[in-house]
Amino acid sequence: MNVIEKNNVVIRFCGDSGDGMQLTGTMFSSLSAILGNEISTFPDFPAEIRAPQGTLGGVSGFQVNLGSADVHTPGDYADVLVAMNPAALKVNAKAVKKHGVIIVDIDSFGEKDLEKALYKTDNPFVELGLGEDMQIVPVALTSLTRESLKDSGMDNKSILRCKNMFALGVVCWLFERPIDKAVHFLEGKFGKKPDLLAANVRVLTDGFNYASNLHLSVSTFRVGATTELPHGTYTSINGNRATAWGLIAAAEKAAVRLFLGSYPITPATDIMQELAARKDVGAVVMQAEDEISGVCTAIGAAFGGCLAATSTSGPGLSLKSEAMGLAAIAELPFVLIDVQRGGPSTGMPTKTEQTDLLQAVFGRNGEAPLAVVAASDSANCFQYVYWAAKIALEHSTPVIFMSDTYLANGTSLWRLPKLADMPDIKPAYAPQQLAGHFNPALRDANLVRYWAPAGTEGMQHRNMGLERDSQLGTISTNPANHQVMTNLRAQKIANIAKSIPPLKVEGDADADTLLVGWGSTYGHLISAVKQLRKEGIKTALAHFNFICPLPLNTEDVLRSYKRVIVCELNNGQFARYLNGQFGGLTLERLNKVEGQPFKIQDIISKVKQ
Amino acid sequence: MRFCPGCGDHAILNSLQKAMAQLELSPSQTAVISGIGCSSRMPHYLSTYGFNTIHGRGAAIASGLKTSNPALSVWLMTGDGDCLAIGGNHFIHCLRRNVDLNIVLFNNRIYGLTKGQYSPTSPKGFVSKSSPFGTVERPFRPAELVMGARGTFFARTLDVDLQNTVECLVAAARHKGAAVVECLVNCVIFNNGAHNYIADREQRADHMITLRHGEKMIFGKNNDKGLVLDGFNLKVATIGENGITEADILVHDAHCADDTIHRKLALMEGPDMPVAVGVIRDVEEETYDEAVNRQIAEVQSNSKVHCFDQLALTAEHWEI
Repeated sequence: MNVIEKNNVVIRFCGDSGDGMQLTGTMFSSLSAILGNEISTFPDFPAEIRAPQGTLGGVSGFQVNLGSADVHTPGDYADVLVAMNPAALKVNAKAVKKHGVIIVDIDSFGEKDLEKALYKTDNPFVELGLGEDMQIVPVALTSLTRESLKDSGMDNKSILRCKNMFALGVVCWLFERPIDKAVHFLEGKFGKKPDLLAANVRVLTDGFNYASNLHLSVSTFRVGATTELPHGTYTSINGNRATAWGLIAAAEKAAVRLFLGSYPITPATDIMQELAARKDVGAVVMQAEDEISGVCTAIGAAFGGCLAATSTSGPGLSLKSEAMGLAAIAELPFVLIDVQRGGPSTGMPTKTEQTDLLQAVFGRNGEAPLAVVAASDSANCFQYVYWAAKIALEHSTPVIFMSDTYLANGTSLWRLPKLADMPDIKPAYAPQQLAGHFNPALRDANLVRYWAPAGTEGMQHRNMGLERDSQLGTISTNPANHQVMTNLRAQKIANIAKSIPPLKVEGDADADTLLVGWGSTYGHLISAVKQLRKEGIKTALAHFNFICPLPLNTEDVLRSYKRVIVCELNNGQFARYLNGQFGGLTLERLNKVEGQPFKIQDIISKVKQ
Repeated sequence: MRFCPGCGDHAILNSLQKAMAQLELSPSQTAVISGIGCSSRMPHYLSTYGFNTIHGRGAAIASGLKTSNPALSVWLMTGDGDCLAIGGNHFIHCLRRNVDLNIVLFNNRIYGLTKGQYSPTSPKGFVSKSSPFGTVERPFRPAELVMGARGTFFARTLDVDLQNTVECLVAAARHKGAAVVECLVNCVIFNNGAHNYIADREQRADHMITLRHGEKMIFGKNNDKGLVLDGFNLKVATIGENGITEADILVHDAHCADDTIHRKLALMEGPDMPVAVGVIRDVEEETYDEAVNRQIAEVQSNSKVHCFDQLALTAEHWEI
């Protein structure tokens, strides 16, 4: 039997949105990670919960890239595709590499199935151009699953729901994954339902045995364990959970209560759900009546001394704008989490984009500056939301933390941190000696206004959305004072730059071309840089996590390269922002607004242009 | 002080200060939240923690504050526009949840700070700058909205009736749960005399009934009028006429869970019925803030996870 040794392999599972592809993909990814692979995953699913069965609109996919090194993205194209029906095959056929392996459930390729997926001929493979340069592996997943569970006493519908486990069994064989770990996962998932657990384990085992007995006419893959990651305890984590946990860690470090006020919205909802389940660590979660209430309850909690946050996505960001202005002028610490999705309006709720940037930076009435921080992979949502909370509490300001669908639902490896190793968070509390004569104009040397949460003895004051006198802290409409306050608020945000890390440049210091990115595109950009350098094309990357204020060395970096290409999943918002900050910069742009991440190849082609 | 001379808000502020003194509230443990409008200036004139926020959102901000910091006494100052128009959603949901807030609803049936547009409580046909030919809208009746949202406390007061206002504010503060005190306030500039049916001193005794839990529903200049049941409706009867004695007059039960009579009392209006003031409804139910914090405490006492480091290890993890 042939074994192909590879540094990394991309596999994509796809089927109906009810076929359990997300679970299958997640389990396979976790298995691989436990065996020492680096992983990066990307679920891609429709907004409909159950679109009509077998139709193109209902196809749900899950892609994972696993490897021994350099796994920064879920991969551009799949080495192995598992397609549960003809619709899934049609939607994903173009996502497979030449000579790739395509495993299909041949039982679901009947005449009616082909019709539902709008095939024009009775040979879907030829019709899709999947010729001899592909290795097509038909497996009768449906009937084999039925056979496997014929004595289980389960009804037909429940039996069919297990066929994803047969597929997983086959894939485990293909990748030399022992299935005992998979069984362990199933125990975690179905532990309370022994019948269901037994059925899933049975089908999984039969799938594995079927493949190994028949030695399906393809080579198996061998992907070694990672050698480049530092030793430590790891898990795989998606961006939404990492975000929720980052807030928990920050609140504990700052010794304040964590409060989240939120309204359900795709793709941010998981953050609220995760925190609602975390009463053990004391998280207070209010499911608000609307987006505005989500942000406002959080502002109330910030006034009362909490690390307060609200989680949302684009439409919710718009609804919260007025309240963000209040938090800015009231100078309250507070984190807004924007998990960006395809816009405008309702747009494409389950797809990924970076199109909220300018709204986050500027989208409020009046001069209302605040800080903006972005995560750049799923796991570091933890680290950067922690930074957002640190900035909010230490600088008495609202902070917008930006994630997106790609980070939120994708997973990457995460080395478990210890709270003791994380940077201190020291809220800008009003010094005790101000008790009795506190006023809400008082600031520290960094212009940070003191925070005196309601309930603090002797610090009673009136906060407000009205302009205040810069000395007395009381209502003022004095023209000169308004200018002073406007400048103060802007300078306070600018001062944050002194406490954030400088912009790092990766790649060749003497490169002509600098790629610039921000947020979730990091994996694709760094992969492109590595590949270009392998090809001998000198390239560098400056990737931003701190958007507002920008790191202090930003201008120096941008002016040090002949050619600067700003790559982002919008129509050039970060490039405009940089142009607005620094005069006379010539920036090339690579933009894409398709609701999908970049392909590494997109970036390489742009650089070679 | 920035209220117009003669504005009813002066009287409410006065009553509020008296009530807070009577309640012996510690200023540092008290927070007064408001939205936008004339009434929302109130926090600036009190020595407690105050937060004059944005239009309509006071109820949401106060809910977040109270839920996260339940030890505070949290008050919300709001008006008929702030509370019932732009902030209507937050208002009904904070009542539904029964967040332990003391809500003072200044009802002058007009937008004052924007200089005279009709509000959600302006009567149909009301002529204002934004309704030059009279409004064609049906107004809200705040009590109906409160009870429709399952509110546990509703009281009504007239601005110039300091004694009753103080009593109602104190009762609202002592009530555990969302307590709404509707203050009928005169806007001397844009809607002078809106509440004249009861504000007029000559007629007040015959047009207004002050309800107190456990007391007979008696009113009138000569204390000879009272409320009796007539089928499913309330009716004014005169003691000593048609064989009516004091024993026939209804006794007010503010603590009755069924709100049928409370609604009928709260919705009484002229010319045939008196307008009811005083605590009309006051029933106990678990508050939202209490329930949220109780649930957290319960989970914590049964959990093995108490901090982040322990939480992190609940994830499937392995060594590399």
